[in-house]
Amino acid sequence: MENYAVEMLHITKRFPGIIANDDITLQLKKGEIHALLGENGAGKSTLMSVLFGLYQPEEGEIHMDGKKVEIRNPNDANDLGIGMVHQHFKLVECFTVLDNIILGVEPCKNGFLQKAEARAKVQEISERYGLQVDLDAKIEDITVGMQQRTEILKMLYRENEILIFDEPTAVLTPQEIRELMQIMRNLAAEGKSILFISHKLAEIMEVADRCSVLRKGKYIGTVNTKDVTPADLSRMMVGRDVKAKVDKDDAKPTDVVLDVKGMCVASKRHKKNAVNDVTFQVRRGEIVCIAGIDGNGQTELVYGLSGLEPLNGGSIEMCGKDITKLPIRKRSTMGMSHIPEDRHKHGLVLDYSLEDNIVLQRYFEREFTSPLGFLRRRNIRKYAERLIEQFDVRSGQGPITRARSMSGGNQQKAIIAREIDKNPELLIAVQPTRGLDVGAIEYIHKQLVEQRDAGKGVLLVSLELDEVMNVSDRILVMFEGEIVGEFDPKTVTVEELGLYMAGAKREGKA
Amino acid sequence: MKKNNLLRNSGLQSMLASVMCILVGLLVGYIALLIINAEGAWEAITTIIKNYFVYPTELAQMKYLGNTLVKTAPLLMCALSVLFANKAGLFNIGAAGQYVVGAGTCLYMALGLQLPWWACLLGAIVAGALLGALSGFLKTQFNVNEVISCIMFNWISLYCVNMLLAKVKETTSPYTLGLRANAPQALLPGMGLGEYFSNNQYVTIAIPLAIIVSIAIWVLLEKTKLGYELKATGNNKNAAKYAGMKENRNIILTMAIAGGLAGMAAALLYLTGFEQWSTSQASVPGMGFNGIAAAFLGGLHPIGSIFSSYFIQHITAGGAYVDKTLYCAQVSDFISSLIIYLCGFVLFMKVAMNRGLDKADEKRKAKKNEGGKK
Repeated sequence: MENYAVEMLHITKRFPGIIANDDITLQLKKGEIHALLGENGAGKSTLMSVLFGLYQPEEGEIHMDGKKVEIRNPNDANDLGIGMVHQHFKLVECFTVLDNIILGVEPCKNGFLQKAEARAKVQEISERYGLQVDLDAKIEDITVGMQQRTEILKMLYRENEILIFDEPTAVLTPQEIRELMQIMRNLAAEGKSILFISHKLAEIMEVADRCSVLRKGKYIGTVNTKDVTPADLSRMMVGRDVKAKVDKDDAKPTDVVLDVKGMCVASKRHKKNAVNDVTFQVRRGEIVCIAGIDGNGQTELVYGLSGLEPLNGGSIEMCGKDITKLPIRKRSTMGMSHIPEDRHKHGLVLDYSLEDNIVLQRYFEREFTSPLGFLRRRNIRKYAERLIEQFDVRSGQGPITRARSMSGGNQQKAIIAREIDKNPELLIAVQPTRGLDVGAIEYIHKQLVEQRDAGKGVLLVSLELDEVMNVSDRILVMFEGEIVGEFDPKTVTVEELGLYMAGAKREGKA
Repeated sequence: MKKNNLLRNSGLQSMLASVMCILVGLLVGYIALLIINAEGAWEAITTIIKNYFVYPTELAQMKYLGNTLVKTAPLLMCALSVLFANKAGLFNIGAAGQYVVGAGTCLYMALGLQLPWWACLLGAIVAGALLGALSGFLKTQFNVNEVISCIMFNWISLYCVNMLLAKVKETTSPYTLGLRANAPQALLPGMGLGEYFSNNQYVTIAIPLAIIVSIAIWVLLEKTKLGYELKATGNNKNAAKYAGMKENRNIILTMAIAGGLAGMAAALLYLTGFEQWSTSQASVPGMGFNGIAAAFLGGLHPIGSIFSSYFIQHITAGGAYVDKTLYCAQVSDFISSLIIYLCGFVLFMKVAMNRGLDKADEKRKAKKNEGGKK
């Protein structure tokens, strides 16, 4: 019998409509780094939520050190020594690093905090594992990488033996990712068992000892990473061969569609401008990509372009007309399409039917509204049916399906159908593939390239470096609200981009 | 495919949920009566449910059914006011105040200016709409929450109207002059409707008018571009903004329409001469607040509100017949408020029902898919 730290045996978890986990078995050895690979929606998060006590499985058991355990809530998980670094950190912004680490397990004597004691312990841990942090810095002032180290320290401070990392690299620069890998290796060497959730093959190959693959809720298999190639893993994950590269010819840019000069947008979070003096152009027939780490002003940049937020300075021209002060509707009818970053917040009215969402940008047109202000329901239905067919939007009840009940991929397809069918001059796509599976991603990338080839200007905002490198014709890197470099994806390396994204290098202005 | 499940029909669902709430409400009310005084509880609860049926003759029954309907019309209008604002994501707790200015305007126009009924009706609508629009304006321009401004306006309106109507009150009492004696031209036309209700003179076009308005509101919400925009704003403000809808204009417009409905509510009651305004009243009339309950019990549906308004008015009127030697005078209000309180569970019941249906549906579909693949 092998000695497993945790065994999840034959776990089945159902949700209305789907079986999120179908008879999944996952065995984590002591002191290993075990990757959990799967596309979005494959059931990784559900499985981890079961382990963390957030969901109760319908079938299956969890064993620890060979004994059956019941994990009813996260407290149980904590007591058993299971800790998790969530994709979105759970830190108190205005507390110091030390405060965050001891939060919930503060050492007390007679009701008074014993911070010195805690500090000594945290320092000891951070030295042992090489986790450099400034204990007295506030969370809001430190980098994302350091915030993540704080989360790791939190788990170690609680003496957790089983550490779950949920997509830990999504928010990091390539350099920070390398550091994290080293930390994970140190932890494993010290006897901690690590579950590493990811859909990035290169990282898994680099750091994990073994890898379990899930696909559509089903367990596909567990392999030693030494024995397989990334292509093998990819096939296990997707179920077929995947083209790594997007097929496209070289761009043939023509007229300027979007001309942004000295644009500034105020920040909601701090007093400085979130977008500061940004100047760039997008031409017809090219895909310009804004790369950068989340929170460096990309969101605000798009708000400014689309009219959701007013500018603090500068000007925007579209097709030669000044649109700086125009309302959203006007920009839209002039030919700006916008696939928003957050499809639930901006892209859809979730309680509306699919057809009503499909006409969200056009319902006021004569085709859909009579001169007396009555909706032409029959035309809306016909139009929706055409788009559903053309873009292969799948849903339970066709046009009358409530958007809320559709899968993320199909929701996104509906938005893309709506925005592309408007026949725009400029297509702004913000993270259009977020949370989608490989098939849908391929499809969306193809659509973007098609739009480009049809002579539209495409502005893609993405946090995924793979996407940036694959799809774009020109890359602009944004750091702290400014564009710090412009690159050709054919000549630049990921490492080089990473340095700019992290603010270590910048072009032009010193 | 579309009609695969009758229970999926949201209208039927709302109705079922509302009926369940009413039954639970009555049960809890009965238990409360048992606790207060076990002896008369059964009789009391049946009296409340019976309302006008406590009268032995059909003639009297019809007459008091008429009275219940007379007060149902304004309640329905207030419910419409609340639900209309709700569809756009606003909470019009100011229906009460808009109702008050409506009452003040129509009574003053009738008694003070001796204007005909249609002018008074119009005046009430305009006054309510203006007050509603003001709340909307404050929200859009100064980010004043509509609930706060509405509550303030409720009181401001009450005292202003009291002052205004003091000019047309009876010399010996705080009540406004009787409409029938002093301004018959302002009475809503009866069109012979009263004859069906044992010559109840208070039964007027107000009742069919209220029903017509609820149908109109339904059409507005479901069939028009404006309804589409308002509901989009109510469901997801950000998406509405993203789609280029004019949020500020829509908020003001919504509040104006909601206010107009509440103002009209008052006209539909006071222009029948059924009630006189007491210029010494120190609390905002409950009609607008009851509209909130009626709207929710009616599943926030204009047609559903017709029935819920009638029901609430029915038990409120029925409460008046409860034996006052066994129970204190407030008991009828107490029971109806219990039922109204339980109306809050309408949405809960609906959600619960949908969950059950979803689960059943998905399981069936999953089976079908598996079978279909291979």
